[in-house]
Amino acid sequence: MKSSRGVLRPAIVCLLLMTALCGVLYTAAVTGIAGIFFPQKANGSIITVTLKDGSRKEYGSALIAQEFSDPKYLIGRPLGTSNLSPTSAEQKKLVEKRIEWWHNLDPDNKREIPSDLVTASASGVDPGISPDAAAYQAGRIARERGMTEDEVKEIIDKYTIRSFLGIFGEPAVNVLKVNLALDGLL
Amino acid sequence: MSKIILQEVLFLILLVGFSIPLGLFMYKVMSGEKVFLTRLLKPVENCFYRLMGIKAEEEMSAKKYAFSVIIFSMAGFLFLFLLLLLQGILPFNTEGMKGLSFDLAFNTTASFVTNTNWQAYSGESSLSYLSQFLGLTVQNFVSAGVGIAVLFALIRGFIIKEKKAIGNFWADVTRAVVYILLPLSLVVAVLLVSQGVVQNFSSYKEITALQDGAAQILPMGPAASQVAIKQLGTNGGGFFGMNSAYPFENPTSFSNLLQMLSILLIPAALLVSFGKAVKDKRQGRTLYAVMMILFVAALIFTTVSEQYTAPSYAGVSYSGNMEGKETIHGVGMSSLWAVVTTAASNGSVNAMHDSLTPLGGLMPLFLMQLGEIVFGGAGSGLYGILSFVLLAVFIAGLMVGRTPEYLGKKVEPYDMKMVCLLILVPPLVSLLGTGAAVLMPSVQGWLTNSGAHGFSEILYAFSSMGNNNGSAFGGFTANTPFTNITGGVIMLLARFIPLIAVIFLGGNMAGKKPVAASEGTLSTSNGMFAGLLIGVILIVTALSFLPALALGPVADYFTTR
Repeated sequence: MKSSRGVLRPAIVCLLLMTALCGVLYTAAVTGIAGIFFPQKANGSIITVTLKDGSRKEYGSALIAQEFSDPKYLIGRPLGTSNLSPTSAEQKKLVEKRIEWWHNLDPDNKREIPSDLVTASASGVDPGISPDAAAYQAGRIARERGMTEDEVKEIIDKYTIRSFLGIFGEPAVNVLKVNLALDGLL
Repeated sequence: MSKIILQEVLFLILLVGFSIPLGLFMYKVMSGEKVFLTRLLKPVENCFYRLMGIKAEEEMSAKKYAFSVIIFSMAGFLFLFLLLLLQGILPFNTEGMKGLSFDLAFNTTASFVTNTNWQAYSGESSLSYLSQFLGLTVQNFVSAGVGIAVLFALIRGFIIKEKKAIGNFWADVTRAVVYILLPLSLVVAVLLVSQGVVQNFSSYKEITALQDGAAQILPMGPAASQVAIKQLGTNGGGFFGMNSAYPFENPTSFSNLLQMLSILLIPAALLVSFGKAVKDKRQGRTLYAVMMILFVAALIFTTVSEQYTAPSYAGVSYSGNMEGKETIHGVGMSSLWAVVTTAASNGSVNAMHDSLTPLGGLMPLFLMQLGEIVFGGAGSGLYGILSFVLLAVFIAGLMVGRTPEYLGKKVEPYDMKMVCLLILVPPLVSLLGTGAAVLMPSVQGWLTNSGAHGFSEILYAFSSMGNNNGSAFGGFTANTPFTNITGGVIMLLARFIPLIAVIFLGGNMAGKKPVAASEGTLSTSNGMFAGLLIGVILIVTALSFLPALALGPVADYFTTR
């Protein structure tokens, strides 16, 4: 068929050219620019610490949460994603269990628990918690570590990320960075 | 709440502000006029034409245009399908990913070729880097390019006089990709990397966690380049399984804002291009206003629901529904994203839609079921709403007993048949898919939630595929042979039947003699028409979906309150 031949060549050539341009060249260009200008960010925002003996150690990504449960650390949001309806019975049970867990961890803390500490995030690895959620834990961390609450709060404040222009999004405390600083590594 | 309102209002102002210059730019590009990038990119464009062996000024009939779209899409389908099946023996596979199963490869290919980007797989555990950048990234570009091309074919139908030709598909798709999608993506991708979106070809990184020294694997890859076009092309398929909720894909509140703007930018700008192309800016503005009204209504509904209807617990301070949301995005930016991504046929997420409140989740579902016409997909959103415009004009014509006309062209039975195909195919395949899934004996095992919310998971999945959106209630287990095959077929039908109908509609319109507007002509650029159009859109969708919505999110709301 004449008309199909008239279409087949441009179709195949167009696909190949698009693959070369948008698949190969474009990806390579972005990778190149990223590698030159933002090498640390392009490679996962890995936190590298120079230890006292001069060696360098990688402690994880500033963007991906690690699990903390020890009371001397700032503790982040529950890991994993639930996909549960917030109004379901299963979710209610889970949240109540988490509330009890927080109360057992620090029985004297009678303040209200910020809601992000008892709900799972979207990514399942949310690196941040709200400033309220960090402040809620400051007293306990200070007590466990023999620091003053102000010292803990100072570290928390230092690793709080403000929202864009103070308008878009919410501020968040980077849990891993705070804990590295508490351990004297950052 | 006042901060959330401020965020949302500023977002809309930014969107409108960027869409106007881009819209004028896109109009020029698509009509082959000179723009500031011409000097740089004209050689690339000409090289494309030479190698394809085509002449850009050689116009096509609707039949030839449609045939070209089909053959081009089939070529893309075949290439991607083979790539996914064979990725195990191909290079750029640092993690040793095996080839996808037949049904998953079929579903994924259909999904990306149709600009749906439904994901039954999780990128970091199933796909090689080669499949991502050589396969998916490319389809992200060209499927959006095809949408824009076909839209302009339709627009030409309204402005061309008595000539059965609607432009050259190869020139249209080349221009859309080379001048519009590619430069924008490059800028957005670099900005995303500056925020922390990963872009490399390293193998996955193993890290020892601070507290227990447990091993943690960090996935890597060329994500930023793909994320940029996934948003700009209203594709939505994530590089990683958790999509733009995953910090490596959307790390900061700036990257979040940038991605949301990118999602709506091109569909909004096309309204400006449209007004310019038909030489009547009010026509574009009216449609912009209609979309904006529907958008704002949906936004208010979702935001209020997320902020005020979450359950409260003794001993916990109430701050709206934070289940399935990231701290940096909060209730405000997560609600906005949920509306943005389903108003446009994008489907990327920054929060888990399954964990939205029942009514908060109703609205994204409803926006998809409208047929992706509130801004909608790149190109497809505008041609979608134009079909509703013709329906509204037609209904108004019936009421007064005059032959309906739009932009100086008479709307006749042939045109209305095309409009019916455009409007009715997506709801039909969405509901048939949902119905078929509900009848499967194993369906309970695919759900995370039970009861009405479980039904919502199924309805959402098939509405998403049936309207080429791609977002999901994540609790639904998508990777089953049934859903892969049925869903793949649904996505193809929902994309290509309307697409072909649009091309033939454009071809038929092009052949008509323009009629001069008289006193009896219905104005399609005033408030009354905007109201009529909104009415028609809501009635058609309500008639199609209200029963299903009543069984899903509405029942969910009343039974779990």
